[in-house]
Parts: sequence; structure tokens; C-alpha cells
Amino acid sequence: MSQSNIMPGFRPAIGFTLFYLALIVLIPLSAMLLKTFQLSLDEYWAILTNPRVLASFRVSFGSALIAAAFSGIFGFIIAWTLVRYPFPGKKVFDALIDLPFALPTAVAGIVLAAIYEPKGWIGKLVMEAFGIQIAYKPLGIVFALIFIGLPFVVRTIEPVLQEFDKAMEEAAASLGATRLQTFIKVILPNILPAAITGFALAFARGVGEYGSVIFIAGNMPYVSEIVPLLIITKLEQYDYAGATAIGLTMLLLSFLLLLSVNGLQWWVRRRSGQL
Amino acid sequence: MSITLSNISKRFGAFSALNNINLEIPDGDLVALLGPSGCGKTTLLRIIAGLEQADQGDVFLRGDKVTDKSVKNRHIGFVFQHYALFRHMTVFDNIAFGLRVKPSKDRPSEAVIRKRVHDLLSLVQLDWLHDRFPDQLSGGQRQRIALARALAVEPSVLLLDEPFGALDASVRKDLRLWLRHLHHELDVTTIFVTHDQEEAMEVASQIVVLNKGKIEQKGTPSEIYDSPSNDFVSHFIGQTNVFDLQKGDSAWLKSAGIVLDDAEGITAHVRPHHIGVEKLSDGSASPIILKDWQHLGATIRLELSNEGLNGSAKTIYAEMPSDQFKQLGLDKGDKVSLFIKHAHWFNLAKPQVPEAATDFYV
Amino acid sequence: MNTISPVMPSRTKSLTIGDADWVRYALVVLTLAIIGVFLILPLATVLIEAFAKGWTAYASSLTHPDTVAAIKLTLLTAAITVPLTTVFGVSAAWAIARFEFRGKSLLITLIDLPFSVSPVIAGLIYVLIFGAQGWFGSWFSDHDIKIIFAVPGIVLATLFVTFPFVARELIPLMQEIGHEEEEAALSLGASGWQTFFKITLPNIKWGLLYGVLLCNARAMGEFGAVSVVSGHIRGLTNTLPLHIEVSYNEYDFVGAFASASLLAGLAVVTLVVKTFLEWKQKQDLKA
Repeated sequence: MSQSNIMPGFRPAIGFTLFYLALIVLIPLSAMLLKTFQLSLDEYWAILTNPRVLASFRVSFGSALIAAAFSGIFGFIIAWTLVRYPFPGKKVFDALIDLPFALPTAVAGIVLAAIYEPKGWIGKLVMEAFGIQIAYKPLGIVFALIFIGLPFVVRTIEPVLQEFDKAMEEAAASLGATRLQTFIKVILPNILPAAITGFALAFARGVGEYGSVIFIAGNMPYVSEIVPLLIITKLEQYDYAGATAIGLTMLLLSFLLLLSVNGLQWWVRRRSGQL
Repeated sequence: MSITLSNISKRFGAFSALNNINLEIPDGDLVALLGPSGCGKTTLLRIIAGLEQADQGDVFLRGDKVTDKSVKNRHIGFVFQHYALFRHMTVFDNIAFGLRVKPSKDRPSEAVIRKRVHDLLSLVQLDWLHDRFPDQLSGGQRQRIALARALAVEPSVLLLDEPFGALDASVRKDLRLWLRHLHHELDVTTIFVTHDQEEAMEVASQIVVLNKGKIEQKGTPSEIYDSPSNDFVSHFIGQTNVFDLQKGDSAWLKSAGIVLDDAEGITAHVRPHHIGVEKLSDGSASPIILKDWQHLGATIRLELSNEGLNGSAKTIYAEMPSDQFKQLGLDKGDKVSLFIKHAHWFNLAKPQVPEAATDFYV
Repeated sequence: MNTISPVMPSRTKSLTIGDADWVRYALVVLTLAIIGVFLILPLATVLIEAFAKGWTAYASSLTHPDTVAAIKLTLLTAAITVPLTTVFGVSAAWAIARFEFRGKSLLITLIDLPFSVSPVIAGLIYVLIFGAQGWFGSWFSDHDIKIIFAVPGIVLATLFVTFPFVARELIPLMQEIGHEEEEAALSLGASGWQTFFKITLPNIKWGLLYGVLLCNARAMGEFGAVSVVSGHIRGLTNTLPLHIEVSYNEYDFVGAFASASLLAGLAVVTLVVKTFLEWKQKQDLKA
């Protein structure tokens, strides 16, 4: 299989890689497929169309979508500022961006709940100013997922902005474009593919997120119960088939969404000559 | 005057990039800003364009003071070193960009834009590429598209930053002549930056030689080559043999029949083709021998050494037409005598009078 | 000679390309506000809540036997999973970055797969296999081996979620470095292992440490996957993140935030070391 190559160790390396991949990832994941196939189509359909299950899908996908959109906007602003403008303490702020990657989700969960609950620092402010409760409502899920999604967007846009050829901006200005025209016609189209990638990563992560959400969500069936929590509930009731059917469906839906985002990405790149 | 620069200075921190530049460029000229890297030529071009702002001094375009105008309002065309084509737009959209971003009252109709873009594309002979993206073009094609894009807004001045710097040698040769002919056709005042003296000589009608943020000389290619105003210009333009009389090079000159009484601070620059070579009979006592020679096409380059001469031991280069070389019948190791046809003398001890360069004819 | 005046008056109005000053200020302020509310405030809250009832309450909740047991189990889990994931990452990177073979891009996709799987599903799949109703569940319980609701299950779930961490860092890095140096070493007579330890390892060390660091942070902090397989048995199968959940649900907020402060400290250390490693690796690639 390996080409004429004097490098040693292909067989043991690929052998161990495939063995470990099969043992830890592939076999366990296929167990989920097998388990689902033990159900008849009617049984599977009945599990999925249960109103509580449908509601949890709406909550999970809906809040992940909204949160990813906000992460996209906030992340773009942060990436732009961090790359383009000098300001004191920039390196520290830049390093802090990865906090949601590094902070265990359970910690994030209880902290966010403490901040946004009606008596918490921000929860109280918002409650008094707008009469809106954040924690223990679907809105709380969105806030937790913005926290989780932010670094995905910043870290995908940052390198693209860094490598962006500033001479293109100068060229646009020398041809008479205003700053706004330059931004919309020249900068944005070049950043867009990365922004879409960041959005998709934040979204995919948000759909499956568990730890940072359950403490702030309130977990009301039909209102603020997310799919991963429902899976755990089913497991605790020893409804393995139900848990697996829901899990597999969530997995497939996420892949489908990622796939269509990849398609969108391909289309944008093609339209803009980057393919 | 199309472009006037008065007292332009620019510093980057402690580094003085440009120091009191004064320059006038008449309408329709094709000017090369020539100098070694770091001499400030690109900074000067960017200041003219408005991409960079001078610390001191003023820029006038067609008599208007534009010092406080942004690049957008200067009506210049700028071709960037790496072209800065918009990667996400087709060739057509790149060229149309400058027209499409005009305020709606000045913006031509889409039909006019289409016609203008296609005219420009045929001007640069690339009409067949209009729906390609920049990544799909060769370097030379990108260069010409960048030029067409800059010309689309009918600039009063065309500025090019190292226009051939990123191209293969063979493409470069073609594009140089093409640019010169295009300039004849368009008659737009054009300035281009280059570090390649051959390129400047071949393309420009006027050359401005810059060094360390100052203008060393301005003139036609012939003026610059034939009467360099100081030793930097002489050394930078074309090839030259440098004789430092204080360092004992006077032996060389003596062998060529030139004796100076006062060698204090004197440097002589002699171009290879201004050195005549004659063959000597085997028995004669000349200290100079032909060490090696190379065929350069129409001319032959001779490497001469003065092994038998006391003082400095260095190689001196002479050039002669290949026919003449054949007639001489020289071979490696032959003893020769030299004579200098033309030299430039520079008195480095008195740099305040760089014009003191003297021509010396034998 | 032209003399250069030491200080030149620089012009106040900037005409060069860029955003207007008010845009810059507005965006910087907005950025700091977002970072402040979404990142700094949570970090500060951990400490404030942990010390809400003073130092002694903090200290006593950390020295509680259940907390100590949770810390021990967390360290044990990391001590098992990090080396395994590292060995896998190095061997996968060696195979992928040094050889051409069919199905390579599929392999890379599969290695990344655990990233896009919800942690809850990561736990679920092991319950399906080893759980009481699972395929091998009865065999293991017949032989008195507990996997689910025990330490092996926790380790397995953690292995799944940390699976790509090291490989993902090393594959692009080793591709970028290229294999000329290794070929040179082999041509000079070095053995495969000598080449790996004397050439490859020094070249990839910062990237490798980077991957190990992130893998460790995830291993110690994983919640969802572990939560499914652990059974939340106090003092036995609670890792630190699970211990936080249990304390929090029992309204022991100081206890929850005291444990959380340990993990938040780990996160901050991770970020600092990560920044340092990124800097080191950049220096190495430049050289």
C-alpha cells in the first residue's frame, strides 16, 4: 500500500491506528445502529413522533441555531478587533477566547446559572430592566450556547483575517470605493466562508451540548428540555431502545446539517472563485 | 507639470525613509523610480498615491494640491506589486469595480461599463479571460488585468509598484516592451518603481535614481548611463570597474597609461567596454594576463589579472565585440596591455560637490 | 548635506486606509464588553461563589472525603486516558503524515468523528455494549467484572471524547515539517526508532505537548459522557465534574463552586501553557 518510501513503521502504525479506532469509536458507534435496527420502523416512528421528543428536538436545534447566529456576529466582531486594532492587554484577551474550550462544561453550567438566574448579577439586571427571565427558560440555553460557541467562530475567522491581503483594500480605495463599499464588496466575501465554518462548528457543538446547558435550562419537558437530557432520562428508565433511537436521529440530523453547510460552503467558494 | 513633489519627508520611527524630495514630472512622461531595496522608492510612490502620508511636504497632481486628499479622491491608478486582484471576483468584475463603486449620479450604465471593460480587456489582449477568477490566471495575465483595472477609472496618473517583480524572466522581457508601447498609445503620465536598472533603462523615458531617501540623479537613460553625477549612480547603473587610487589601484591605471599627481580621495570608474585590450608578444614584460573569458553573445567578457603587479591583486573586467576578440586571437594566459578609453572620476574626499565628477578621455 | 530634524511634526489627520477612529473605539469597547460578560465574569463568579462563606468553608469542602475521592478518580482517569490517546495520536500521525495510502482522507474524517458526537451519545454507546442489558453485559456480570457504573466505563467514555485531541494537532504539524530530515537520518544509517526519537520527536515536541495539554483538560473536565456511565456513586464513581453536579443539586453551593474553582484553575493554567506552547511552536517553525 505505501509508495516507494524508505520511511519505516507503516504497518505497525496503521495497524494500531485502525485497531484503536475500531475498538474505541467504530464498534461502539455501530452498536447504536444495531440497537436501532432491532426496532421496527413503526416503533422507531412512534418514539420520534412522541410530542415530548419532538419538543426536545425543537428546543435543541432551535436554541443551537439562534446561539450560533449570535456567536457568529459576536465572534466576527471580536476576531476583527483582535486582528486589526492594537489595544492594551490584547494578548491576554486573545488567550481568554479559548476559555470555553478549556473550562469543563459542568463548571460553565453552574457558573452561568449563577450569573443569569433571577437573583444573579446579570439575571437580576435584565429582570429589573426588561422583566425578562433568562435562566430556567429556553433563553438560558441560548446564553449558555453562545458562551460555548464563541471560540469556534473567533478561531476560524482570525487566521483568515490575518492572511487577508491588505493590498486588496488599498486597491479598492485607489479605485474610488468608500470604506463601507470596500468592506461589503471586498472584505466580507473573503471572510464569509470562514464565518460559515465557524457558525457550523458552533451549531454542531451546541446541538449536542449537555453540561453547560442542564444547570441553566430548567429542564421543563416540552419547554426547555434538550435532546441529550431526554436521552439520559430514557436511559435512567432503562428504555435503551428509546434512548438509542433518539440519539441516532440526533446524530444523523447533525451530520445532515454539517453536510449541507459544507455544501453551502462549497457553493460560496465556487461562486467566489476560491475553488 | 503632471506631478510635483515639494519637500517630501517621511520617517518610520527612527528611520528616515525619505528626506526632502523635490521632483517634477511633466505630462506624458514614463518615469522609473530606481534604487536599491530600502531606498524609499515604494514609499515615495505610495505617498504620491495617497496610500501613505508624508510627514512633511506637498504633493501636486496636475497643479492641484492633493496632500490632504485621500487616495479615493486623487484619481490615480495604482498597480500593486502582487496585483491585489479581488480573489472572489471574476476578471470582468475586477475591472468593472472602479466604475461600479462610483456614486450613483456618476456611475455609468451597466451597458457602458460592459463596453468599457471589454475595450480594456482587448487593450490588454485578454478578452477571452473575462469570466475567469484571478487564481486561474498566470502571473503575466494577472499583471495585465491589474493594469486594466487601474485604467478603467481613467486615472490622470498611473503608478506601478515593481510591476515586473513577481514575474518569470521570460515573461518580464515581453511585458516591459509591451508596457512601453502601451504608454505610447495611452499617453498617461506613468511612474513605476523598480530595483532593476536594466528594466529602468529599457522601459522609462526618464529615470529617477534614489538612494537612502534622497534623489541621486534624474535624467534620461542615456544621461544617467553616460554622465552619472556621482559614484553611487555610476556603480548602480551598468557594470563598472572601480579603481580606488588610495588603495593602490594606481598601478592598474599606470599600466593603462594614466598617471595622477594627487590621488587623494580619487576614485575612477571605468565601464568594461571602455577598456581596450591589446595582445603583446610573448617576450614582452607586461604584468597583465588574460585569466579567463566568457562569451556573452554579441560581446566577449575578459577577466584580466595583474598577478605580476605589486600592490592590489584584483580582477578587472573588459568587454569587446566578439568579432574584435577573434581578430585579436587571444588565449588564456596571454600577456596583454590595457588602455582606458573613457573614465569617470569622483572625488570622495569632497562629497559636497558631487557634480565634480569629471570625464577623462584619452 | 541635508540635516534631518529629529522630530518631525506628524500630521494629525490620517488619510491612510483603515477604519475611522470612532469605528475602532466602538468595536474595541464592544469586544471588551462581550469578553467581559461572556468570559471574564464567569471566571470571576467561580471564585466569588466558592469563597461566599469564607476560607474555612472553602477549605473544609475541599478536604471532605467525597471531594478527595473525586479528585483522586479524576487524576486516575486522566493518568490512564492521556497516555493512551497520546500513543494513538502519534501512531496515527506517523501513518497519515508519512505515507500515502488509499482511504486516507476517510481515516482523517473518522478520527475527527468523536468531535461531532454529543458527549451523551459517547456514554450511551458504552452502556449499550457493557450495560446490564447490553450485549456483553451479562458475560461481564457473570465474571464479576463491572464496567458500567464503575471506573472502566468512565475511562472508556473519556477515551472516546479525547480520541482526536493529539492526532489532530500532530497530523498537520508533521505534514508541514515534511520528511526530508527523517529521510536524511535514515540514509545516514539511523534505525526507525532512532529516527523517531532523535529527529521526529524534537521537531514535534511543542505540538505534541499542546495536544497532550488539551487532551488532559478534556479528560479531567469531561461531564456528559462520564455522567451517563458513572452512576454517580459518591466516593466511588464520581469524578470532580460529577461531584460538582451532585453538590449543586443538593444546594451545597460552596461545595460545588469550591470543586469548580479547582477545575477553573486547571482551565486557566491550560490557557497559559497553551499560549506559551503556541508561541514556542511558532518560533520553531520560523527557525
